[in-house]
Amino acid sequence: MSDEILSFDEAMAKYDPVLGFEVHVELNTKTKMFDDAPNAFGDEPNTNITPVSLGLPGVLPKVNGTAVESAIKLGLALGCDIAPVSHFARKNYFYPDTPKNFQTSQYDEPIAENGSVDIELEDGTQFTVEIERAHMEEDAGKLSHKGGAGRIQGAEYSLVDYNRSGVPLIEIVTRPIRGAGERAPELAKAYVKAIREIVKNLGISDARMERGNVRCDANVSLSPKGSETLGTRTETKNVNSMRAVERAVRYEICRHAAVLDAGEQIVQETRHWHEDTRETTSGRPKSDADDYRYFPEPDLVPVVTNAEWIERLRAELPEPPAERRRRLQADWGYSDEEFRDVVNAGVMTEIEETIAAGASASVARKWWMGEISRLAKVREIDPGDLGASPETVVELDGLIQEGKINDKIARQVLEHVVDGEGTPGEVVEKRGLAVVSDEGELSSAVDDALASMPDVAEKIRGGKVQAAGAVVGQVMKATRGQADAARVRELILEKLGVEG
Amino acid sequence: MTTNQNALITLSASEAAEGLRNGDFTSEQLTQAHLDRIETTEGTAVDAEDRSLGKTGLNAFLHVNAEQALDDARQVDADRAAGKQLPPLAGVPIAVKDLIVTTGQPTTAASRMLEGWMSPYDATVVQKIREARLPILGKTNLDEFAMGSSTEHSAFGCTRNPWDLDRIPGGSGGGSAAAVSAFQAPLALGTDTGGSIRQPASVTGSVGVKPTYGSVSRYGVIAMASSLDQVGPVTRTVRDAAALHEVIGGYDARDSTSINEPAGPYLAEAEKGATEGGLKGLKIGVVKELTGDGFQSGVSQRFQESLELLRAAGAEIVEVSTPHFDHALGAYYLIMASEVSSNLAKYDGVRFGLRKLPEEGPVTIERVMSATRAAGFGPEAKRRIILGTYALSAGYYDAYYGSAQKVRTLVQRDFTNAFEQVDVLVSPTSPTTAFKLGEKTDDPVSMYLNDIATIPTNLAGVPAISVPAGLAPENGLPVGVQFMAPVKEDARLYRVGAGLEAALQQQWGGGLLDQLPDTESLIAARTQGSAK
Repeated sequence: MSDEILSFDEAMAKYDPVLGFEVHVELNTKTKMFDDAPNAFGDEPNTNITPVSLGLPGVLPKVNGTAVESAIKLGLALGCDIAPVSHFARKNYFYPDTPKNFQTSQYDEPIAENGSVDIELEDGTQFTVEIERAHMEEDAGKLSHKGGAGRIQGAEYSLVDYNRSGVPLIEIVTRPIRGAGERAPELAKAYVKAIREIVKNLGISDARMERGNVRCDANVSLSPKGSETLGTRTETKNVNSMRAVERAVRYEICRHAAVLDAGEQIVQETRHWHEDTRETTSGRPKSDADDYRYFPEPDLVPVVTNAEWIERLRAELPEPPAERRRRLQADWGYSDEEFRDVVNAGVMTEIEETIAAGASASVARKWWMGEISRLAKVREIDPGDLGASPETVVELDGLIQEGKINDKIARQVLEHVVDGEGTPGEVVEKRGLAVVSDEGELSSAVDDALASMPDVAEKIRGGKVQAAGAVVGQVMKATRGQADAARVRELILEKLGVEG
Repeated sequence: MTTNQNALITLSASEAAEGLRNGDFTSEQLTQAHLDRIETTEGTAVDAEDRSLGKTGLNAFLHVNAEQALDDARQVDADRAAGKQLPPLAGVPIAVKDLIVTTGQPTTAASRMLEGWMSPYDATVVQKIREARLPILGKTNLDEFAMGSSTEHSAFGCTRNPWDLDRIPGGSGGGSAAAVSAFQAPLALGTDTGGSIRQPASVTGSVGVKPTYGSVSRYGVIAMASSLDQVGPVTRTVRDAAALHEVIGGYDARDSTSINEPAGPYLAEAEKGATEGGLKGLKIGVVKELTGDGFQSGVSQRFQESLELLRAAGAEIVEVSTPHFDHALGAYYLIMASEVSSNLAKYDGVRFGLRKLPEEGPVTIERVMSATRAAGFGPEAKRRIILGTYALSAGYYDAYYGSAQKVRTLVQRDFTNAFEQVDVLVSPTSPTTAFKLGEKTDDPVSMYLNDIATIPTNLAGVPAISVPAGLAPENGLPVGVQFMAPVKEDARLYRVGAGLEAALQQQWGGGLLDQLPDTESLIAARTQGSAK
């Protein structure tokens, strides 16, 4: 049953949205948060487990030191204060994906607090999102509901896979975000993108949203336009792509507006996002009185940090993405628009590496924004995952500079390279794709073409140099595109005694 | 009083180890003698269909591991015969409280919830006793999930006190204490959350030690209250307790609360304390709050006599006050129950143990969990889960759990202050001797009061030992004296405990358990009595 919704424009005319996000980041540590079991994705169910992952009687947790370092690094990258002493706590609730029936998390003493993230919308508008806290916790197992619609309601039975149970998570919680107005959905997307970029840049997470490495719960409430009063919020859970975050926030804004317009109250609850219908549906009611009976985890000692440790980690931090972007744009001399296109296409790192491998900034951009992006789009993958390396681009460009191939052939070579046929040089060799550079062969091909189109030849002689294009085309056809078009044109003009 | 005097079963662990080294007997013979004793003193099932009714005899064991124990014993004998270097206690059998997980035999925590459950892993302390080559006789009875002071809360029937079969053996570790005091095992492992090693030791005339929190690994010990639980030795002599503590103690990376320091030496301290003048220079503080009113007269009498002996052995005795001990019991029952409510949440029928489907209505996960927990937990476990859930609830947390933690800090401060004045503290272990079975089962608070003297040490994490101090004149039942030492000063307990033990044994002309009535005769008399 669909909810009534208002159009986005109508909603924006009457209300100011207030957003808040809880983003869960799965860390890429070798082992789990409190356990020696491997932290790995995609294995057979219930193979990456130990007695600790299963919460068997008698087991005890121990803290993964690498996960703590990752949390500190993330805290620093978010500009947070790192707590000298932080504690783990038990969040008690019964659910079969949580083997102990409590989740070990952090409650009133998280490892990182009070930070901020600068984010940029696609048109370059800047926002600062304040971070309330980032804390460490463990992931739950994965339930698969069998029978019915594959959802818990109506299922005949459910299977549980504890491979994910205990995987280290960092939960990043924002303060309420006001003032985004009609940009709120875009801001939601940009925020998740920024977090994803930060954790990827730190190397602490694989950050693959399709695998659930980065998951977003989006809180939305509406205030009457111009009012400071916070409305009742809903929390839309596990919105697992950046596009979905944008759509879910937009949908909730429109739905809230319709409810409020009808003079009704927003129910404080969790909502589920459905990508197929692009709607949210009601989950379970949630209230501030939800009682998880938090108390300090007695099986773990406090996490104690010191200035020396924190400063060492700070020194190891990679350059923040925003600063890096500013530096790269200046180095490469791209216009704002060019650079934004590069960033939005997600090929900045690839271009950086291609330049480092020896290509010019313009050549690197030409390939990554051009043929590589086009092929990636056709194949519906990220340009970075296409299989074209910085070396591929450098080699292709080299072959063009040497006159061995032309642009058109180079594009064919690229396609064969990404299909795994070898390096560009190998592909050219194997497939005989080099341009025809034998002057004798070219010369006779030009003679043949001129002979077959005497009227065109006459026009050229008469000064209509642009008509040479037709002859060039004929020659290219005859040589199956492997001729150097510029040289062909020169030959035509030479033979007809015309100045180019 | 003759059959208790079998040459092999009455040996202390140290004496037995000596005999094995000398080739006086084999580990197989020693282990078999204990298995035979178990056979003749356990009694038979009251009702073969209903394990909850227990046995006609001691019912100290929930599982006897005869074949594996004998195999292990034979292997020790073979290695000894081959001239291999063996650990000091190799070949001396041991009993393990059924709260500690073991491979190869069931672990139940005396709960229907885990009946028949086989652990896929060994607890760290079990690994250590296996490495020390101690054959494991079996798993001993306890109050369900270690919650109780009498073993009457075992789902598989109570254990009986070998001094009087109609009395409690203490709890929760009544099985380990009864097994050791009745010569079924020379050594046993217990766990102590609020007195579960020391109070049973006290009421059965055995020795029990709760080590410093973090001194012995808790990995593989089914958690009752994580911040209070500690594994420790149950033995017949202080020396044996020291030797066993050296085996099980030490750092374990799998337990985050484990202290990263080597265990001991304890045995040398026990030997030092037992020598002439071994207590010279030791300053002992009598805890004012743990004497007088509320303590049975015979308990107080034996306690005072012990103080005289300690003084005679060279110790200085002074009185110290620990004003916040009066609030320790209340704080303990809130903290313990809170942790219990969370630790016992995992027993839900989803992954292991009992699974019970609802008798009617839809079969949903919530209803299966609910039916399983309703059927699997006994009344005391439920009482504490409910109490703890309440204490942690929003709106009550500060008043209950929060206040209790403050009291805990004050109790710790009391100990710190006291140990600035004295080397060790002393009190009776339990306010009474063993009470009758059934006497307190309907009155939980009076049951809880039995732990009044043992609880403060758990709250503070400090170590304590209970040593037999004689029999109460009014009923001829054992009385225990408890020594407490500062954190990580467990060695002091062995010194002072061995000193008192030596002085008392000189007086008695042997161990207190030499006076234990013949167990087989008691069982026979009781069986005939109930048959009439």
